[in-house]
Amino acid sequence: MTAPVVRLDNVHKSFGALKVLDGVSFEVGKGEVTAIIGRSGSGKSTALRCIDRLEKIDQGRITVCGHQVSEPGLDLRQLRRDVGIVFQSYNLFPHLTAAENIALAPRHAKGRTRAEAKEITERVLAQVGLSDKAACYPEQLSGGQQQRVAIARSLAMEPQVMLFDEVTSALDPQLTGEVLKVMADLAAGGMTMVLVTHEMAFARNVADTTIYMHGGRVWEQGGREMFDRPQTAELQQFLGNGL
Amino acid sequence: MNVAFNANHLQFLLQGAGWTLLLSVIAFAGGGLVGFVVALCRISPIKALRWASLGYVQLVQGTPLLILMFLAYFGLSILGFSLPALVAAGISMTIYVSAYIGEIWRGCIQAVPRTQWEAAECLALSRVQRMALVVLPQALRIATPPTVGFMVQIVKNTSLASVVGFIELARAGQVVNNSLFEPFLVYMLVAGLYFLLCFPLSWWSRKLERRLVVAPRLEAAA
Repeated sequence: MTAPVVRLDNVHKSFGALKVLDGVSFEVGKGEVTAIIGRSGSGKSTALRCIDRLEKIDQGRITVCGHQVSEPGLDLRQLRRDVGIVFQSYNLFPHLTAAENIALAPRHAKGRTRAEAKEITERVLAQVGLSDKAACYPEQLSGGQQQRVAIARSLAMEPQVMLFDEVTSALDPQLTGEVLKVMADLAAGGMTMVLVTHEMAFARNVADTTIYMHGGRVWEQGGREMFDRPQTAELQQFLGNGL
Repeated sequence: MNVAFNANHLQFLLQGAGWTLLLSVIAFAGGGLVGFVVALCRISPIKALRWASLGYVQLVQGTPLLILMFLAYFGLSILGFSLPALVAAGISMTIYVSAYIGEIWRGCIQAVPRTQWEAAECLALSRVQRMALVVLPQALRIATPPTVGFMVQIVKNTSLASVVGFIELARAGQVVNNSLFEPFLVYMLVAGLYFLLCFPLSWWSRKLERRLVVAPRLEAAA
C-alpha cells in the first residue's frame, strides 16, 4: 500500500486556554474520501485548517503529500500547490470575473502561460458546469454558483488533495444539492478529499470513511455502517438529533 | 493714491492660485509616494518597520504643519541648507500628507477581509502577489473616496506655505490687500478661487462614493 496522502498523528492544538484538538490521529489514503462530522466546537474545522497549515499545531505531527506540515523547514507554497481548500464563505475575489479568479493562481503561483491558464480555466469551469458564467463577477452569481467557481479555482491548481470546510453551510437546500453533486463527481473521479460537513446523507453515501469528532478527539470512525450502528452514546445522540 | 482693483491684481491672484495648485500636486505626489510606503510598513510582518512607521505617523500627526514649514525653511537654512520656499514647502507638505494618507490607506488595506488574504495564501500566491493581485485592487476601490476627500484638505493647507514667503494664493491675497486695503473684496476673491480649486474635488469624491455603493465592480471592470 502506498503512503497516505494526509496523516495526522496525535495532534494537539489550543487557542489560549481552550483545548481544541486533543490528540487527533487519522489517515487519508490516495483517492479516498473522508468526511469529518461533529457538533460545533468539536474541533473538526480546526483539524482541517491544520492540514493546510492555516493553523499551527502545538504538538504532534502532520504529513501531507510528503510535506512535514508541522516541521519548521516546511515549504509553505509547495504545500499550498498540492492542497486545495474550499471555504464556507467561498472567498472569491470580488474584483475579478469567475475566469480571472480561476486563472490567477495557475498564472502567478505555477507560472503557466496565458494560453495554458485559459485552457485549464475552461476545463475546470466545464467540470463544475459553469462554462457559461466565465465572464461573470462573483456578485452576479448565486451562492451555489460562487461555491462551484471556488471549487473550480482550487481544481485549477491540480491539487493532490482537496479540503472542504463546511462548503454548503451557507446555502439553501437546492443550492446545496448542486454543490454536493460537483463534489460527488470529484469523488467518483478519484480525487482525494477531506470534508468537514453537516450533510449526513452525503457523508454516508459518498465518504469512504467518516470521522466523528467530539471534544477535540476522534470519537468514532468508520464506514457507512457507523451511521446505522453508532457505537458511542455521543454519536447516537448526535445522529439522532441530526437526522 | 487710491488704486482700484484692476486686472493686474486679478492676474497676481491667479498666479498665486497657480502656485497653490503646483504645491498641491507636489504634496499629493510626494505624500502619496511616501504615504504608500508608510502604509505598507504599518502592516509589515517586520516588527521594527511597524514600530518605526507608527512612530513617524504619531510624530507628524502630532506636529502642526506650520511648525514643519518653519523647520524645513528656517531650521534647515541655519544648518546650511538654504532651500527655495517652494522646495521647503513641498518637503513639509510631503511629510504632512504622507502621515495622514498613509494611515488612510493602511485602514483601507486592512478593510479588505482577512479571508481574502487567506484564500490567496491557500492558492500558493506569494506575499507580494497576494498584496498586488488580490488585496490592493480591492483596497484601491475602498480608498478612492477618502483619498479624493483628503485632497481638498491638502489644497487648503497649502495656504500655510505663506509663512515661509511662498507666494501662493493666500499670500498673494495678503500682498494685494496690503496695497489696496480692500480686505473684504480681496479675501472674498481668494476664498472664491480656493472654492473653485476644491469644489471639483469634493464633487468627484461624492460621485466616487456613490458609485462605490451602487456598483462596486465598475472600477475593476475597466
